[in-house]
Amino acid sequence: MYLTGEEERILDGEMGTGAQKAMEILVALGDIQDAERLIDVSSVQVSGVSYKTIGDAGLEFLEDWARMDVRTRVFSTLNPAGMDMEIGRRLGCPEGFIEKQMRIIDAYKKMGVRASCTCTPYLAGNRPLPGAHIAWAESSSVIYANSVLGARSNRESGVSALASALVGRTPYCGLHLDENREITFVVDVDVGLNCKRDYAALGYYVGRRYDGIPVFRNIRPLEDEMKIMGAALATGPISMFYVEGVTPGSGNADVDTRGLEKVKFTDDELKEACEGLNTCSDEPDVICLGCPHLSPAEIREVVRLNPKKEVWLFTARENKIPVRNKNIKIISDTCMVVSPLKEMGIGSVGVNSAKAAFYCSNLSGLDVRFDSVKGLLESGGR
Amino acid sequence: MKIYGRAIFGGCVEGEAVVTDEPITFLGGVDPRTGIVVERGHELEGVEIKGKVLVFPKGKGSTVGTYVLYQMRKNGTAPLAMINTEVDLMVVTGAIISEIPMVILKEFPDVRTGERVIINGDEGWVEWE
Repeated sequence: MYLTGEEERILDGEMGTGAQKAMEILVALGDIQDAERLIDVSSVQVSGVSYKTIGDAGLEFLEDWARMDVRTRVFSTLNPAGMDMEIGRRLGCPEGFIEKQMRIIDAYKKMGVRASCTCTPYLAGNRPLPGAHIAWAESSSVIYANSVLGARSNRESGVSALASALVGRTPYCGLHLDENREITFVVDVDVGLNCKRDYAALGYYVGRRYDGIPVFRNIRPLEDEMKIMGAALATGPISMFYVEGVTPGSGNADVDTRGLEKVKFTDDELKEACEGLNTCSDEPDVICLGCPHLSPAEIREVVRLNPKKEVWLFTARENKIPVRNKNIKIISDTCMVVSPLKEMGIGSVGVNSAKAAFYCSNLSGLDVRFDSVKGLLESGGR
Repeated sequence: MKIYGRAIFGGCVEGEAVVTDEPITFLGGVDPRTGIVVERGHELEGVEIKGKVLVFPKGKGSTVGTYVLYQMRKNGTAPLAMINTEVDLMVVTGAIISEIPMVILKEFPDVRTGERVIINGDEGWVEWE
């Protein structure tokens, strides 16, 4: 891979060992992917924040890097942590966990990463424009940026994203290049999708079975519906999708889908996906919405439904609003996937997000009820 | 049979293969305390990958999987080596920071679970009977 004079100097350690380490990682990844060179990025989203997911090993790794006295060279934001910074204690997050979590946040802050702690940076001040080159981790935000915003990002790992933050660049390859952003298969949706749960189920079904870049036909999702569908697609290996007539670069007339594999999504596949994610027939301990973090419109929608059961709404700190209904808790900086719910005495959750259902079950060992918001509010909660 | 591919991280090791043609998510898919695959419905559910030559096409899911591999290395539950057929930044970065020998091949190798495999992550080749 070609390196500029400045990049060579960083690699040689002239800007310090922290930047050198970051450049070593980027050069290795660039060579592996046959990138010609590095390109500037306009923003970075870093994953690997919750103590629950990265553990003591991750904590030490980050503290070691932060000790090398290195700073970000581009606007960089952070994924959710394991607790709400304001009310985490009150919600029952264990003391030992809080201490380790704060050390992780401090390490990131020391390196100059903004402790935004949301998986929806694009709803909280880090919203790239079409065509922007970015280096984002957090699979749900990568797929959203590529598909809905028309920005360009590979699915960076938490570590490669941090390396990009510290250098300001990323290897020029993969989804940064036009030729790798073409449709590779078609999903014909032949069933009415009535709620976000249905969009999530569609994404989960396709992400579990297929790889590549799909174009969805016969659906007209809004932004928030694509947010939850994209997160579900990205539980598999998919990092970009199109929706015919909806997303950038997918005008009806231009897309030639002859010769591409066609997948059908009917009532049968919808039922199969929903049943596969349901592990709980009883009332869940708590209803958890906001995977990915809720938009302001989504929060208002739940408030208007005036829930009679306990509902936790996860969102970005910027999007918190005061509510009167005591059953609603608005929680920021974290989510149902990366907070230690089991240690907080919760055994089962009600969710409308397939991504949340997948990780709450597999990662956290919780019982999961996967249903629409209305379905959950009418029968779920404690 | 000896196949050349792309060297990702160095080291020459020999071990027992665990093979799946399904992508793997390390966060939520593998328990870093035990090195056992826990994703419900995965072809390798319940299988121990600790100390094995793990053969799979690529990673999927959470970008935090890199740190899970790193934890596994610290806990002594990591795979001995990894063979993929596609570049996935989560897995590749995980191999680099966790110092796990890794090679990426052009085509999925005809190796079966339980067979002995030699992998050379410096020169980028894989060999088996």
